Amino acid sequence: MSYQPVKFYQTGTFTVGNRLLAPVERSVQQSERRSNSINSGHRACQGCGEALGARYAIDAAMAASNGQLIAANATGCLEVFSTPYPESSWQVPWIHSLFGNTPAVATGIAAAMKVKGRKEVRVVAQGGDGGTADIGFGCLSGMFERNDDVLYICYDNQGYMNTGVQRSSATPPAARTATTMPVGPEPGNVFGQGKNLPEIAMAHGIPYVATATVADLRDLEYKVKRAMNVHGARYLHIFVPCPLGWGSQSNDTIRLARLAKETGLFPVFEARHGEVTGVLKIRRKQAVEEYLKPQRRFAHLFGNDPHTEVIARIQAIADRNIRKYNLLDEEG
Amino acid sequence: MFQVRIHGRGGQGVVTAAEMLSVAAFAEGRYAQAFPSFGSERMGAPVVAFCRIDDKEIRLREPVMEPDAIIIQDPTLLHQIDVFAGLEQDGYILLNTNRSFDALGLSDYLSDRPPERLCTLPATEIGLKHIGRPIPNVSLLAGFAALSGLIRLESVIEAVTKKLSGKMMEGNIAAATEAYNLIKARMEEVKHA
Amino acid sequence: MLKQIEGSLAVAEAVALCRPEVICAYPISPQTHIVEGLGKMVKAGKLAPCEFINVESEFAAMSVAIGASAAGARAYTATASQGLLFMAEAVYNAAGLGLPIVMTIANRAIGAPINIWNDHSDALSQRDSGWIQLFAETNQEALDLHIQAFRLAEELSMPVMVCMDGFILTHAYERVDMPTQQQVDAYLPPFDPRQVLDPKEPVSIGAMVGPEAFMEVRYLEHARQLQALERIPQLAVQFKEIFGRASGGLTQTYCADDAETMIVAMGSVLGTIKDTIDEMRAEGHKIGVLGITSYRPFPLAQVREALIHAKRFVVLEKSLAVGMGGILATDVRMALSGAGLHGYTVVAGLGGRAITKKSLHQLFRHAVKDELEPITFLDLDWNVVNKQLERERQNRHSGPIAENILHDLGVVSAKFG
Repeated sequence: MSYQPVKFYQTGTFTVGNRLLAPVERSVQQSERRSNSINSGHRACQGCGEALGARYAIDAAMAASNGQLIAANATGCLEVFSTPYPESSWQVPWIHSLFGNTPAVATGIAAAMKVKGRKEVRVVAQGGDGGTADIGFGCLSGMFERNDDVLYICYDNQGYMNTGVQRSSATPPAARTATTMPVGPEPGNVFGQGKNLPEIAMAHGIPYVATATVADLRDLEYKVKRAMNVHGARYLHIFVPCPLGWGSQSNDTIRLARLAKETGLFPVFEARHGEVTGVLKIRRKQAVEEYLKPQRRFAHLFGNDPHTEVIARIQAIADRNIRKYNLLDEEG
Repeated sequence: MFQVRIHGRGGQGVVTAAEMLSVAAFAEGRYAQAFPSFGSERMGAPVVAFCRIDDKEIRLREPVMEPDAIIIQDPTLLHQIDVFAGLEQDGYILLNTNRSFDALGLSDYLSDRPPERLCTLPATEIGLKHIGRPIPNVSLLAGFAALSGLIRLESVIEAVTKKLSGKMMEGNIAAATEAYNLIKARMEEVKHA
Repeated sequence: MLKQIEGSLAVAEAVALCRPEVICAYPISPQTHIVEGLGKMVKAGKLAPCEFINVESEFAAMSVAIGASAAGARAYTATASQGLLFMAEAVYNAAGLGLPIVMTIANRAIGAPINIWNDHSDALSQRDSGWIQLFAETNQEALDLHIQAFRLAEELSMPVMVCMDGFILTHAYERVDMPTQQQVDAYLPPFDPRQVLDPKEPVSIGAMVGPEAFMEVRYLEHARQLQALERIPQLAVQFKEIFGRASGGLTQTYCADDAETMIVAMGSVLGTIKDTIDEMRAEGHKIGVLGITSYRPFPLAQVREALIHAKRFVVLEKSLAVGMGGILATDVRMALSGAGLHGYTVVAGLGGRAITKKSLHQLFRHAVKDELEPITFLDLDWNVVNKQLERERQNRHSGPIAENILHDLGVVSAKFG
């Protein structure tokens, strides 16, 4: 990876204040010149990972495009909590059309800008995991395949939270949702299903694919900036915990996002033209229990009669990711 | 109004023939309406196309069920469909074959029709000779011009010029001219017979 | 300039003259030739600046058009049948957002059973979507309506469908008078959007609207359609001034002045009806025609005015409201509420069944004597229907309907009507 990860062991945590960094390395968000693209006053839940991720991502995209940005948004939490008319939080030109067509709408905007000769205007499209991996998948694949000049951002909270926490194809195995209840012989979501959107994006051979979490906002901003530096179809998959849907504490959002990465369950990497070019290494490897336990959607795995075999299967998924993406630092 | 029905197979330029006939009529300042009997595009399948020609605007949108002329681009269709269905008693028949009506066993069937309105033309051979491909459509159009006198050879050639270019255009013009002259001569024979 | 040209290509050339900026294409018969024609022009650089986007579905086609239109570009697409249904969600969305997209519908039946031939089921399924729907009788009118459609759509900031009969018009070669670029430019000013996505002045388009304002937003859509009722005839007048021919408008009549029997229809079948009427007039029958050009907005007043002096009306439509009867007929009856005319519904031409002059003669002769049933299915093969009904009575496991019926009919390749 081309940038040097900044390690600040002195804090004892993985966070670092901007004041410890050289101005050039500071985040977009610390600047009072940030665009506040999603204004305060929206209606997201406390501790909403998606609100945090979107704010950082869109502000970073605004910074990278000198404020020349148009955003398209799929139906979903982000759209609903940010817009009840006329209290839009959006300080960028923004359109919501439907649940499943956002990549295509973005294609249309990009085409219009091209025709109008407004090369400086950039286009982002955004949606949740349901809007991206399920109902909007056809349009997403079409946009990728045509290599349209759009940055698509998926805020992945692993389910249909807006409609009341139902399973999506990004819901992890064993997780409780309203449509995968923890009852019967195989409680929660089944194993062996679901799709890996970042890898599917890579299979299209598009110029840039990356994953990020809201636990490492500097990395998130960096990836948005990298994505904005190239033209063509780009995909950014951001892991955003959902306190409501996961049954987690609002103040655990960042911790859970970090644990997802540190367990290996959510590999953080970037890829160019279908090839992985860099990964964020696991700093301090954690067992998956640490990630699962704070979430009520996995509560049925624990308690008096813990489902150790199920936890072991989840651990195996994490271990496979670690091997596949080489997530453990040799020296660390 | 004069109505033409063209029978052939997918790949023989049946629809193009109807189209060029309409363009030829248009070139003579007349109203024309050409349309295919619509279906999925498949090579070798029976295809029908229609052309109406009139001196006033054509409003009618039904298929041509009682044609004044029938052009058959592929003689094998004779065994498959009733290509003569609805043909007016004094209607024209132009059949692409290198054999005679007699040899095809059609003489009895056609015996009560006026002989000056019936003709065969080796249009596939003419196509092969001039354009190197067994496409009979332009030759048959020119033949039809000669048989019916409804349109001029120049108009058929103009339609060819609009639709095609280069060698295909030149070859088809040569094919049209040969077919026209062939049938013109044949019709003279019939007249004097 | 007069041209002998395929309907689809005539429309493609007319759309090109309207200087579209974004064209989205997904293939479905019988609409394909239109976007193929446009794609060739864009590829050859004859239509610049314009983006031609080969999308992955009709849903994407309409969605790309939505994005392009919201960003201030003149957007166009074309579809038919299943394609229109597949994009239905986006069709409603485009209207709800007030985006002036123009779309050609090459009218085709809806399956199952799958059928590529003409009827009006596709367009009429979207009659309540908020789109203006104009129906062309000829290729000349189809061409002209597209030019009017862009003007109307952009003036009122609402989308317009131009409906032309699939195959019957799209694949027919006939004479059209192709306007010049100067004429079209004089009629159609550059697109000046009412709302636009632009970093210079950020707006939110498509925000959620709750019960406190939804009805008002929806009413405004209706109000714009009512405005269109006024603008459509005015735009037709202006069109005639520049292009020198009458085209468009809400309705048209033929031999209607003293008609006791009025036939109401939409699209290309009007031509066959007019030919039939001429022959019946020659025999002394007082019969006339009302053609509906603007199906949405539906010109209730004009329809009433055109029919009110007759004794009876026959609505001949290429659509069926299954379980109810006519679709167009219902609207026409609404226009004639309380008028006390005899009204007849005729469902005809479904799935490309040819509507022949011969059948129309028979039908209209029954109509003038008030011998028609309230609803008639023109040229329906009752033998086939009854045989299948009997089969279903006899056998619980009677199997697929279409297969049974085709089996009863035998080889159909001998038919070309």
